[in-house]
Amino acid sequence: MQKSSSYLQFQNGPVSKKKKKRGNTFLRDVRKNIFSYLIALPALIYVFIYSYCSYPYMIIAFQEYSFRTNIFNSKWIGFKNFEFFFKSKYAYTVTFNTIYLNLLFIITGTLVSVLLALMLNELRCRWFIKFAQSSMLFPNYISWVVVSYILFSFLSTEYGLINKILIALGYERINWYLRADLWRGILVFARIWKSSGINAVIFLAAIAGIDDSQYEAAAIDGATRLQQTMHITIPLIMPTVLIMTLLAVGKVMYGDFGMIYAMIGDNGVLYRTTDIIDTYVFRALRQIGDPSQAMAIGLFQSVVGFIMVYGSNKITKRFFPEGALF
Amino acid sequence: MKKFSFSKFLIYAFISIYTILCLAPMVLTLMVSFTDESTIMKNGYSFIPEKFSLYAYKLMFQDGSSVVNGYIISVGVTIVGTFLALIITGLAAYTLSNKNVKYRNALSLYFFITMIFSSGVVPWYLICRAVGTRDNILALLVPNLLFNPFNLFLVRNFMDGIPDSLRESATIDGANDMFIAFKIYFPLSVPVLATVGLFYGLAYWNDWWNAIMLVDNEKLFPIQYLLLQLRSQIQMLRELQFLSRTGTATPPAESLKMATAIITIGPIVILYPYLQKYFVKGLIVGSVKG
Repeated sequence: MQKSSSYLQFQNGPVSKKKKKRGNTFLRDVRKNIFSYLIALPALIYVFIYSYCSYPYMIIAFQEYSFRTNIFNSKWIGFKNFEFFFKSKYAYTVTFNTIYLNLLFIITGTLVSVLLALMLNELRCRWFIKFAQSSMLFPNYISWVVVSYILFSFLSTEYGLINKILIALGYERINWYLRADLWRGILVFARIWKSSGINAVIFLAAIAGIDDSQYEAAAIDGATRLQQTMHITIPLIMPTVLIMTLLAVGKVMYGDFGMIYAMIGDNGVLYRTTDIIDTYVFRALRQIGDPSQAMAIGLFQSVVGFIMVYGSNKITKRFFPEGALF
Repeated sequence: MKKFSFSKFLIYAFISIYTILCLAPMVLTLMVSFTDESTIMKNGYSFIPEKFSLYAYKLMFQDGSSVVNGYIISVGVTIVGTFLALIITGLAAYTLSNKNVKYRNALSLYFFITMIFSSGVVPWYLICRAVGTRDNILALLVPNLLFNPFNLFLVRNFMDGIPDSLRESATIDGANDMFIAFKIYFPLSVPVLATVGLFYGLAYWNDWWNAIMLVDNEKLFPIQYLLLQLRSQIQMLRELQFLSRTGTATPPAESLKMATAIITIGPIVILYPYLQKYFVKGLIVGSVKG
């Protein structure tokens, strides 16, 4: 007993001394590398203001905050903001839509881009590959606002290309912008169109990293191209695909505000299938003007979102140690 | 052997179709922007303009001062922002990869924490109000876009690959930290800085989030946000008009809308060769770590 306590004391002494010394060494390190520390200052200050200073504001979820009060003199109201949200019919709708849309995007996007990568890998005509890649990447660079215009030229009730074709074929025209049931499909389409190209190119880079000798050995054994794809390419790019999928699943609570708001905007008719947490928070903050209410929903999203990111990263780390984020 | 080439033909056909699907919508938008307004009223949108017209573009650059104004704001913010962002990121990345800095890992952690745990939109908005980056040109320039830790780590990883012996030999020759940074590290990091510059540039150009959240002054609206507003106003009006069959009010110019969308893509088309060269490489490095 005594031995252990003295042992602890012995341990404590140098540790605290070391800590004290550490403070000194930090200052000494700053003095020694003053240039390096100075040039990092803009980034350090930026992150301090826009990230670290923002964390305390999260407590307004439990307050009756308004733009005239501050976080110190606002009234504490406990979980009332959360209650209000979870009792409303929107809580389930927006949470479900966020997760469901994201899962749809992940599944369809991965399938299409892996397929594209595998196909591009089979081609040998250089200029054709280059041309195809360049065209596939183009949608990735334009903003969702422009995408919504392009979409409008197809779906516009009056002038849209698709309605024109429907009428030519003898069908009724469809009021696309009033049909909530069709928009999950439309969004999935738009998502594939915009981001499959870039993902295909990333997967193609993973395929290019595969050792050629594997294919040569398989070819000598008489494997066809299809067999080589099935038994060499796909198993070897699977880790990359799974890592990217897992990390995407981790972010399933975070909707793509830029996409949804650019495509749907304030068209309330479509909210039933397309309204997500992020757009709901945006309206609560900017249109209704209730920061506390918006924060409560945002906090719910952040906490669940963080657990998901952490969990998916843990799974990734377990199976693909070098693919994990942290 | 015959079956083999048939499958290859199928693949070529599939990729060709997908390529066309990627480009055709853009071509349609381009063509509509060149189409005479009355032709659109009669035929709807179509790939081949029955009557060619540059009227939309003329209108946009003459009368529509808001479009010109938005374009100037977007170009200015993108150039200044990208330049500043590159400097901030490059300098901090040098510190993080400087092996003489004992606490560089602690600094990395300081940046990394903000990447995995974000407080969300509301605190960010309140900070912007508190700091004053709101309803002025700084609101478009500073929040969200001026610095991105992801890009910082991209540059740091590249600089980590520069051999230490270069620094050591320069130190022996009497070079100080500033000399090593500006004469050795930054010139060697030009490829990754080009990549990150394009990341920042594209983010600035395509951004309307800062405008929708922080800016109420119409004179400051960047082109992307103007485009968004134009659409939501016209579209709602039009769909309602069409349904109630009272479409006698002045019809908004369809070709003008599409022309605005086209000039928004303009700079991306101009920079496309560079995007292809540097952007994709950076993305691959960033996402396929192993």
